[in-house]
Amino acid sequence: MADDRDRDGTEIAVAEFHKKIKEAFEVFDHESNNTVDVREVGTIIRSLGCCPSEGELHDLIAEVEEEEPTGYIRFEKFLPVMTEVLLERRYRPIPEDILLRAFEVLDPAKRGFLSKDELIKYMTEEGEPFSQEEMEEMLSAAIDPESNSILYKDYITMMVIDEN
Amino acid sequence: MNTPNLEDMGCGTSSATKDKKSEKALKAALVIQNWYRGYRARLKTRQRYALTIFQSIEYADEQGQLQLSNFFSFMLENYTHVQEKEPGLVTRLFGSSIQDKDRQDYLELIEIPDSYCGPRLQFPLTFTDIDLLIEAFKQQQILHAYYVLEVLFETKKVLQQMPNFTHTNTSPSKEITICGDLHGKLDDLFLIFYKNGLPSVTNPYVFNGDFVDRGKNSMEILMILFVSFLVYPNDLHLNRGNHEDFMMNMRYGFTKEILHKYKLHGKKILQILEEVYTWLPIGTIIDNEVLVIHGGISESTDLNLLHRIERNKMRSVLMPPIPMDGDRAEKKNKLGTTTVAQGSRTSGSFSEQLTKQEWEQVIDILWSDPRGKRGCYPNTNRGGGCYFGPDITSKILNKYQLKILVRSHECKPEGYEICHDGKVITVFSASNYYEEGSNRGAYIRMSSGTTPRFFQYQITKATCFRPLYQRVNAIESSAIRMLKERMISRKTDLIRAFQLQDRNKSGKLSMGQWAFSMENVLGLNLPWRSLSSHLVTTDKDGNIDYMSGFQDVHIQKPVKEVQSTLIETVYRYRSDLQIIFNIIDSDHSGLISMEEFRSMWKLFKSHYSVHIDDSQFDELAERMDLNKDGSIDFNEFLKAFYVVHKFDQLNKSDTKLA
Repeated sequence: MADDRDRDGTEIAVAEFHKKIKEAFEVFDHESNNTVDVREVGTIIRSLGCCPSEGELHDLIAEVEEEEPTGYIRFEKFLPVMTEVLLERRYRPIPEDILLRAFEVLDPAKRGFLSKDELIKYMTEEGEPFSQEEMEEMLSAAIDPESNSILYKDYITMMVIDEN
Repeated sequence: MNTPNLEDMGCGTSSATKDKKSEKALKAALVIQNWYRGYRARLKTRQRYALTIFQSIEYADEQGQLQLSNFFSFMLENYTHVQEKEPGLVTRLFGSSIQDKDRQDYLELIEIPDSYCGPRLQFPLTFTDIDLLIEAFKQQQILHAYYVLEVLFETKKVLQQMPNFTHTNTSPSKEITICGDLHGKLDDLFLIFYKNGLPSVTNPYVFNGDFVDRGKNSMEILMILFVSFLVYPNDLHLNRGNHEDFMMNMRYGFTKEILHKYKLHGKKILQILEEVYTWLPIGTIIDNEVLVIHGGISESTDLNLLHRIERNKMRSVLMPPIPMDGDRAEKKNKLGTTTVAQGSRTSGSFSEQLTKQEWEQVIDILWSDPRGKRGCYPNTNRGGGCYFGPDITSKILNKYQLKILVRSHECKPEGYEICHDGKVITVFSASNYYEEGSNRGAYIRMSSGTTPRFFQYQITKATCFRPLYQRVNAIESSAIRMLKERMISRKTDLIRAFQLQDRNKSGKLSMGQWAFSMENVLGLNLPWRSLSSHLVTTDKDGNIDYMSGFQDVHIQKPVKEVQSTLIETVYRYRSDLQIIFNIIDSDHSGLISMEEFRSMWKLFKSHYSVHIDDSQFDELAERMDLNKDGSIDFNEFLKAFYVVHKFDQLNKSDTKLA
């Protein structure tokens, strides 16, 4: 029956999600005791294909933390929360064309690039600002050394290729 | 139309447009930041995965050591004709040390040619010799074998005076620096000395083992450390690591480095080095509070026993004590009579072993790893030592009134790591250990009563770092390559496991089934689901075409007519075979007789349960035409088995043979 098959389908999906989540978690579980440092939770969640904002991440962490925060997140608490996130397909990643449009908004004169200073200003002063480390890392890959600017269309294409 | 001005506080409309514009910019910034953070996290995860692969394979290799050691015991216990026919082999493994009176004999025979423009040491050594060596090594000069041997003899002499554990004290004005594994990475040592100063009476150091193997300047590091030790014996402390072991060196590169750099005198150097290793102290205790040892502890670690044992009897991790029963005693006598006349090594030396208990205590110290799980478990990854939990740490530290355990032995991405509630510190000083960009190195400065301080660094060839994604790509490709070589070396077993699950013979398996077989056969605990995209092709239903994993890699067949299974087997066991051959080749000529070659293979085959026809093997040896007057050049033999990666610029894989 269709209902049974749906249920089976969901069960199988849940089982596979559990395994995926466990794998991603274990890679950061340095002491092999089913806990990870809370500072790595964001990386784990993102590695599973989700793109929460910093604010959304903050809320997620609050859900998986202990009542009295220990600095560590236990797998038992992480698993159900993360499974829900995956089942509900929350925090979907940004499609390439939206990303391109975002850059174009910051480049109203349609020059095709952003200057280094402009990018720094937007990334460190607007939205959910970058840390210095994040800014430096982004620049190292995004900057075109000849023009000292960010040719955003090329940059996006390069990153997309790298991910695939 | 004028673009709105930030100063324009004028009419409502322009302010609304301004707000709308800045709201759009805010949203755009959020989109970019969100995307970038996701991308960066995935990069970091890929980096972590690559490290996990490197580490799993490294430990699986170490586990292979245990199998090899079992093989030696098996060989000696079951093949008496080996003992009779090859007494040289047995004494080589169990012979006692070269006497000191041979020192003069060795050194007298060596001449330093006038053309030698490398560093010349002056005994007794002073700090100027340390500077001299460092300058010379920076210019890639090689220290002449004469000086190497002199340093080794002197070092052994001084080490023999020292107890199993060095006790030392610090004060607020005299901090001590602790360094972890260096593994032949000379640049890291230079960097540490540059940042932290050379060793001296006011700048003491502890080097916590694994100075050698893997990197290409193990000899230079050893010379700098030993010379510094001879100049400052009370302020430069050396602990033995699991790689200060002549058998480990055969597998992991130091033996090869020595024989390559010292073509004439390499063998002598190897012989003396073997002994110097056994005299290295087991550990250092600072201020009666901090225990510094290379690996770790177990629940039965007995520091009092370890203080008492004769540490120089610990020759190699691969040579556990042979059980002594009535039979043995007889054989011992037999050996005693047949071999005492031979050369420099005496036999009848079974009494020159540690007891089993003592040996295990030392193995635990050199090979164990801390883990979060409570209790003490055999270290199955490495095949020696154990995993010890925080309860074990507390128990042992309390038992001996110690506060902290500082150890090394494991590569950490940040160069150091603290665990067990601050009681265990791991420090690892070889940056870029697996691959450029893989990890930082670190060292610790501490003194009694103050919190330890950590210093991190990373050597880079370029003047500035490549962007993160390029570095991650590099280590990821390198790790995947290694993994594929593993897969191909177990191809037959893997296919068998896959086919067992593939009932309909469709050539496909579910993700779960494929991951299960991979983990089981390869014995590597890796995130297979996440790695699958790099290793196999998946169809639109999520099922895996398991044969696709072998598509772009194959082992080069040195001879066309020979069966793939034989090629695969030799490739898979090539490091073990190399060690075995090296042991048999007691004069380090690189050649062994065809007969020795064949009988070794037979023994190897039966112990490792390899089912291959002897005639196949003979044919292989014959056809490869490595026969030089009835001898086989085994390095050439083993080099002929390598993996070809189809889409590679380089055709030969980095087989990393010892």
